Amino acid sequence: MKRIQLTVNGQPREIEVEGRTLLVHAIREHLGLTGTHIGCDTTSCGACTVLVDGVPVKSCTLFAIQAEGCSIQTVEGLASGDQLHPIQKAFWDCHGLQCGFCTPGMMLVSKALLAQNPDPSEQEIREAISGNICRCTGYMNIVKAIRQAAAAMQPAELAAPGKEV
Amino acid sequence: MTGEGDCVIPAAFEYLAPSSVPEAVSLLQQHGYDAKIIAGGQSLIPMMRFRVLQPKVLIDIGRIPGLDALREEDGYLRIGALVRSKTIETAEMIAERYPLLSATGKVVADPIVRNRGTVAGSLVHADPAGDWAAACMAARAQVVATGPNGERVIEIDEFLRDTFTTALQDGEMVTEVRIPTPGPRSGGHYLKIERKVGDFATVAVGVQITLGADGRCTQAGIGLCAVGPITLRAKAAEETLVGQPLTDELIRKAAEAAAAESQPGSDTRGPAEYKRDMVRVLTQRALQKAAQQASAQ
Repeated sequence: MKRIQLTVNGQPREIEVEGRTLLVHAIREHLGLTGTHIGCDTTSCGACTVLVDGVPVKSCTLFAIQAEGCSIQTVEGLASGDQLHPIQKAFWDCHGLQCGFCTPGMMLVSKALLAQNPDPSEQEIREAISGNICRCTGYMNIVKAIRQAAAAMQPAELAAPGKEV
Repeated sequence: MTGEGDCVIPAAFEYLAPSSVPEAVSLLQQHGYDAKIIAGGQSLIPMMRFRVLQPKVLIDIGRIPGLDALREEDGYLRIGALVRSKTIETAEMIAERYPLLSATGKVVADPIVRNRGTVAGSLVHADPAGDWAAACMAARAQVVATGPNGERVIEIDEFLRDTFTTALQDGEMVTEVRIPTPGPRSGGHYLKIERKVGDFATVAVGVQITLGADGRCTQAGIGLCAVGPITLRAKAAEETLVGQPLTDELIRKAAEAAAAESQPGSDTRGPAEYKRDMVRVLTQRALQKAAQQASAQ
């Protein structure tokens, strides 16, 4: 067992993990943040996607110990208090989910996309989410939600991420 | 993947994180066959999760400074062992001067996997369906292995020995991949057929060509992905091109030669006959694109 330090949704956290503990298990079981879902366990579906230092990563395919010292963002870090993040609000408004299993990964990928590209085309959105599988929606409303979020987040939200619009 | 033997938690291992290449090499020597190097982990971790691999020691090179360097030097693009696919996909210098690599970077696995997976790691994994291996074959890349006796430069044809098997010896790790910088009047492209984003290639083809001042082809490299037990070089197709002007007719002949050289098997991604024909189609299209790029310079 090894003690590692992470910044999780802005808060410093310390957990004790085995070398083989995958980041997704550390997040769900050690940190108690069950919004990060386990879908395929084989790097295929993207349900477990979190941001590591702002970059989307499939947390089922990274040992927690490899992320030592990194900043992790999970879906729990999107809202501020009762205020939904514009991406969450857009997914709500546009019915960008049905069962919701893929949604945390979809929203975190959206966040990373919009941080780099505030006004993505439909093609760019579809490419960005191509590592995330949704079995319900057919993706139409997910794409719509991300476009709405992009519009809502311009320009204040992008200049100061985490702030309310 | 079902059945009693399946497992999604890797076997326990000792985790070591060296801070320099010599330290990593010394750990490799010390632990021998029991140790595995991890960089991006996008191939290794799935194999560990299914317990295809159960290393007793995992040597994480992810924190070694300098291994993420990407630079041009002495006629080569030098890709450090920690350079991720995403970097190749997005670097402007790559888009401008290495269209083959740029095209490959856009289709490796999926965008999230590309954020972690490395070029060098993909080569070391030596999966016959690995995109970087086919691109490196076309580009005539070299692999730099560092071991207890220093560096050794290995040609890609020599490096990729067999399915999941490379020329790396005990105590050696890959520290760099070198891609010859294409000269004037060069072009390259990578085309892949996949059932869906993130699936292994059904068939993929990488090509790299250079034309002389007279318009005749002086160099040709063609790498075939997922159509044999190992990444293949389409030698007869390359020989068809060299010394000749790249007419549509010649490109068609070379593509037919590449198809004849491929060794596809039938599986869930398609029958062998279909894959062989797709080698022809992709080779032809990639060569046409590369020839256009080369003649436009």
